[in-house]
Formats: sequence, C-alpha cells, structure tokens
Amino acid sequence: MAKITIDGKTIEVADGTTILQAARMIGPDVAPPTMCYYSKLKTSGGYCRTCLVEVSKGSEKDPRPMPKLVASCRTTVMDGMEVKNNSSEKVTDARKGVVEFLLLNHPLDCPVCDQAGECHLQDLSYEHGSAKTRTDFERRNFEKINIGNYIQLHMNRCILCYRCVKVADQITDGRVHGVINRGDHAEISTYIENAIENDFSGNVIDVCPVGALTDKTFRFKSRVWFTKPENAHRDCPTCSGKVVVWKKGDDILRVTGRKDQWGEVEEFICNTCRFETKKTSDWTIEGPSPINNHSVISANHYEVFEKPQELTINQIRPLAIDQNND
Amino acid sequence: MGKKLLLANDHIPGIQSYDVYRSNGGYLSVEKALKTLKPEDIVEEVKKSGLRGRGGAGFPTGMKWSFLAKPEGVPRYLVCNADESEPGTFKDRYLMSRIPHLLVEGMITSSYALGANTSYIYIRGEYYYVAQILEKAIAEAYQNGWLGQNILGTGYNLDLHVQVGGGAYICGEETALLESLEGKRGNPRIKPPFPAIAGLYGCPTVVNNVETIAAVVPIVNDGGDSYAAIGIGKSTGTKLISASGHIKKPGVYEIEMGITVEEFIYSEAYCGGILNNKKLKAVVAGGSSVPILPADKILTTPAGEKRLMSYESLSEGGFASGTMLGSGGFIVMDEDTSIVENLYTFTRFYHHESCGQCSPCREGTAWMEKLLHKILDGHGTLADVDLLWEIQSKIEGNTICPLGDAAAWPVASAIRHFRSEFESFVSNGNAKHPIN
Ligand SMILES: Cc1cc2nc3c(=O)[nH]c(=O)nc-3n(C[C@H](O)[C@H](O)[C@H](O)COP(=O)(O)O)c2cc1C
Ligand code: SF4
Ligand code: FES
Repeated sequence: MAKITIDGKTIEVADGTTILQAARMIGPDVAPPTMCYYSKLKTSGGYCRTCLVEVSKGSEKDPRPMPKLVASCRTTVMDGMEVKNNSSEKVTDARKGVVEFLLLNHPLDCPVCDQAGECHLQDLSYEHGSAKTRTDFERRNFEKINIGNYIQLHMNRCILCYRCVKVADQITDGRVHGVINRGDHAEISTYIENAIENDFSGNVIDVCPVGALTDKTFRFKSRVWFTKPENAHRDCPTCSGKVVVWKKGDDILRVTGRKDQWGEVEEFICNTCRFETKKTSDWTIEGPSPINNHSVISANHYEVFEKPQELTINQIRPLAIDQNND
Repeated sequence: MGKKLLLANDHIPGIQSYDVYRSNGGYLSVEKALKTLKPEDIVEEVKKSGLRGRGGAGFPTGMKWSFLAKPEGVPRYLVCNADESEPGTFKDRYLMSRIPHLLVEGMITSSYALGANTSYIYIRGEYYYVAQILEKAIAEAYQNGWLGQNILGTGYNLDLHVQVGGGAYICGEETALLESLEGKRGNPRIKPPFPAIAGLYGCPTVVNNVETIAAVVPIVNDGGDSYAAIGIGKSTGTKLISASGHIKKPGVYEIEMGITVEEFIYSEAYCGGILNNKKLKAVVAGGSSVPILPADKILTTPAGEKRLMSYESLSEGGFASGTMLGSGGFIVMDEDTSIVENLYTFTRFYHHESCGQCSPCREGTAWMEKLLHKILDGHGTLADVDLLWEIQSKIEGNTICPLGDAAAWPVASAIRHFRSEFESFVSNGNAKHPIN
C-alpha cells in the first residue's frame, strides 16, 4: 500500500496505482482532466499532457521533488508521495498551454459539430483554457472520410489521443486502423479507407473525446441535449447488451455504451446493438440514464463538481435535458 | 595535437579492410576480453574509465551497463544507435565509413560484457552506403571467427545485424529506435520502464551511441584508468567533434576533452579559424538542439575563464550563459550570419521530425515554425517574438521525449542572446532575408 496526498487530501492506495487513479478515488475536485487516458484501454494515456501534475515530494524514502511535471495517468504512486494538481501554479500554467496547443488546429465551430454538448475538449477549454486564441494561421484541413457505413472520421477535429487506435488494437481483431505521417501532419488512418468490419468497431465513436469519429446513423439528427438518455438492455449474443438509448419522443435516435463519471464507457458494445437496433420494442428500458456528459452545455455539471459530497453525480441530469423534456 | 584513441589509425591506407585493420592491432580487445576477462570485469573497467554516452545526454556508460536487468532465461540485447540525424553531427558516419571494424570490434566486446548473444546496429536510411560498408565488415568478422558460434573457442556466441531505418530523426531517440527495430511506427515509448528493464521485444537492452561503443575498444585494451587519465574532471577520454559552418577546415576531429574552445576554433590543428578571417558571431556547440551562444559567451565562462571543450565547462552558467556538449556537432557562425534565419531552419527541422504523439511538441513545433516564417517574411510583430518565447516555454519539460526540449532550447537561446535581431526584423516592416 502507498499513502499519497493530492492537493492536501490523503488516500491510501494499492501499489501500482497511478496518480490519476488515486486522484479519482479521492474525488472530482482533485482529479486532473484527461483527454487521452482511458481506463478500459491498455497503454492509453501519456499523449495529450492535460493531466500533468507537480510531484512536490517524490516519496517517504526519497522526498526530493520531481524535476518536471509528470503525466499523472502514466506515473505510479510511491509511498509518501505529495502531488499538487489544482494547487500548483506551474500545473495551471502548463495546462493552459496544453489546452491552447490542442485548440490550435481544432476548428472552433462547436455550433455545427455533432459532438457539441458532450465534447471533452469543449469542457477542457472552458475550465482550463484562456478566452482568446493567439493564432491566425490556417488550421489543418482534411477531407471527411467514411470508415465503412457507420462511422465518419473528420480529422480536422482529431486531437490524436490514440484512443481509437487502442480500440482497434485491443478490441477488434485484425487491425486496419493506425496513425500515418508525423508531427502535425499525423492522421488517423484505416490504410486507405478500409472499412473496419468488426463487431466492435463502433466503440471508436464512444472513446473519441471530440467530434472526430461520429455515428453516421445519428449525425445531425438532433442536438444531444434535445435527446433523452435512458439505460436499456437486451439479450445480445455478442455483447452485454447494456446500453444507453438516446430518445426523442418515442424514437431511438442513437445507441451508445454506458459511461461512468469520467465519461468512459463501462462496457464496450457491439455494432448490432449500436447501429441496427433502434426500435423501442427491441429494448427493455430501465429508466433515465445517470448523467455522464459533463459538458459546458449541461450547466449543472459545475454545480455537481463543486459539491460532490452532497450530490451523487448519478442522480443529476443536465439542465438542458430536463428543460427540453418537461 | 592531442592523443587519439578512435581515429589513431585513420591515416593508414586500407584501414577499412579487415586485413589492414587486424594487422594494426584490430580485434585485440575481443581476444583480451573473451580469453582473460569476465563480463563484470569489463563493466568495471568501463566504470573506471569515466566514459559518458556520446549520443548526446552524456550518461555514464558503466552505470548504464550495470543497470541492465539480468533475469534468468531472458535474452539481453545490445543495440548500437547509428541513427545520427542531429543537424550538425556527422562523426558517427565518419567513424563507421572509415574504420568500420572498430565499431564491429566494440560491439563484440561490449556484447560479451553485457551477456548479449544477438546485437543490432540501427543505422539511418540515408546512410545506406555506410550500412553496406558495415555489412561487409561484419561478413569479414564472421569469416575470421570473431562472430557466430563459439567465438575463439570460448563458447561465447554472438550474431550481429545491421538494420537500416527509414530516415527519421525521432528514431534516434532510444525507445523510438527500439519500436522501429521491432518493425513498428517509431514513436518514443513512455518511460518508465527504461530499456535496461524492458527494451527490445520487452527484454533488457542497452542502447549506446556508435562512438560510445567504439571507445570500449581502447578502454578494454589499455584499461579504464588509462582512459580516465585523458581529459578533465568528469569529462574523460577523447571526443569526436563534427565541425561545420564558417571555419577554414570543417571536418571530424578527435580532441582530448578539456582543450579550450578558442584553441579548437582557431588553431591549425582543428578548425583553423573563421572563414575569410571574419569575426566569430555565434556557436552551436553540441548539435542543433543545444543552446546557441554568442562569441563572448562560448569563449569565456561566466567566471571569466576560458571555456573548455568538456561537458562541465560548456554547461557552466546554466542556460542563462552556458550550453551543452551534446553530440559534439560544433556549428560556427560568422558575423554575417542571420540568427533568425538559422533558427528558422532548425525549427523547421524539429517541426518536420516531431513524431506527433504529444500535443505540446506536435502543435508547438509547427506553430513556432509558422511564426518564424512570418517574422522572416517581414510580417512579424513584437508580440510574435514574445509569443515564440511563450510557446517554447510551454513545450519544454512537458513532453514525452526530449525532442520537445530540443525544439524549445534553440528558440529560447536565440531570443535570449539575440533578441535585438528579432526586433529589427519585426520593426523594419519588410524582410531582409526573404525566404524562397
Ligand atoms: C530526438 C532524439 C534523437 C536522438 N538521436 C540520437 C542519435 O542519432 N544517435 C545517438 O546515439 N543518440 C541519439 N539520441 C540519444 C538516445 O536517445 C540515447 O540517449 C543514446 O543513444 C544513448 O547512447 P549513449 O549513452 O551511448 O549516448 C537521440 C535522442 C533524442 C531525444
Ligand atoms: S516530444 Fe515530440 S517527438 Fe517526442 S514523443 Fe512527443 S511529439 Fe513525439
Ligand atoms: S490523460 Fe494523461 S497525458 Fe493525456
């Protein structure tokens, strides 16, 4: 076991736990933001650098501070370690830099993006970015790519978190999905638009933190916040069949995996459930979904994170959704 | 002229071939090592020698070797880093193409010391002809019983392979190199684990620079102490310097650590002074990644002493007034050189070579290049210079691998020491040096 203190709050965790996991155990107010780490995907994390923290004391044995900020998602705890996240000016400063870098080539056209309302980059820039952009250079521009019948890739919005690459690697068999080119020319590729024909390929949509990979069966049918998420299940031979159906009236517009407090799916679902099972009669509805989208548009989100002790995050639904449906 | 250890036989005609190399004392270190020394004795000699990694970081080689994990039943690997892509650095190419057997010999002796039975030389794609020279040398070594099964009848087996890279600077970063060697995209790994624990194919691995491995030969032949007797302080032995730029005699020089920078630039034995007898303006002392220094700061330390060609002396004064020995790529600039233009070239390089994994380096290098282009084009503002400073400070220290730092330091040092040049560019309103 290792004792670790993050922003003054102490917790004891198993050896091998990362700083990020420990912070999440303490609670949302000390948990660093993440854009590339995904607890369900092996070797994820380390890329985006939004989760950088300051280690002000290395361990009980070696109390020296670490010379550089470290990626909390890829750094394991040591007994007696002391970490500063929100309480470190260096972290705040570096994170602001990271947000600016991530937005540098990201189109600022949230109003027309399908991900608006459930975009982690939108949240991140709202919480940690600065209001003004300091670049007037042209942004990267790519053609939209259809990855098979169900998925669309728009590289303009991609922040190269590598999550979808890990899904392709770890969830699907026969990987045809990867990164080509280097630096800011790097792009997600399926080696010349090879469809990912795999039962679980649709999960790349759920893990995408931005609007780069979207569900073609849902694209622009409705704003997310005009739909009502409900937990539902069915007997599925391929996956657990536990999903969220996003309804407008009685119609199911979209099916996704169920996401936890951190916006990560609990279980990956199959393409049949996601893309081809959209009749209400196909599903057993369990009831309203716990809120999982911590978005700028769902205004309650901030209240939730300010008072985690009193409110269970799972009981809150975003304002916008409530307003729309009441 | 100082003592030479690596290039001592460089002048001998035909030294590239096995017979001439062997008849001039070649492969003696292998005989000595395999027949008379235990692997740990060699590690001990290398520790005593004070040899530090010549790939850029200067990490003590003996210490690196002693960190190598040795779990039962798991192979260990020695990988030679011959990716040499740092602008201004070309010493490894010189060594490998002139005296290829020195590297082969060093690989055998070092592999024996580390208990590796398969070793690799990873060489950049553009050095294809050098790879062919190495292949030939390796074939000769096999023919003469220095490689293969039961070497010298000692029971030690070693296979040595040359792997040609695709030509990416980032594949010189040791973990990206290992990825590439495994046949994957050359992205640096997130550390820990370090290669000494989990390197090539997940097995304990040592990655060393060409020059580092070559230096093991004289260390084993003459003993660590005699190597350590050369040089100054913790900068022991000799160092290959790739000298380029506005000097009379560009080329690769083997120096004893500790000669003065002034001697290196001006003496006939080395660079021979500034081309056309112009004035010295600035030096990038250790390859494009290290901070550029103006003439006064490269020649003298902050304490007012003559600066020496050594790890310690070059870094005296920290980044405020010092630099680094790095990989020994010594680029000299005369009074007519545009620092801003030169910086643009460097920055364009780092932008092009960033692997793109981590956001500060991927986005920051591209942004800095665009800003410098704008400044050179005459459209820059003072705010752009400040923004450049900001961007480099947000990259430095926040990335997965040191390429981010390598891209940030040239920008920081150019602005730190030559700010007025940037300002004259932005205030003139039009470009003095339009880019074509
Ligand atoms: C971007 C980058 C490029 C590098 N290129 C080289 C190279 O071409 N050759 C080299 O020996 N080391 C290079 N290095 C350093 C290696 O990562 C590693 O430190 C070195 O090979 C270790 O060998 P040494 O201890 O003998 O110096 C590079 C490092 C970085 C970050
Ligand atoms: S610092 Fe640059 S080169 Fe190194 S891992 Fe990050 S993006 Fe790749
Ligand atoms: S979440 Fe840790 S680096 Fe991206």
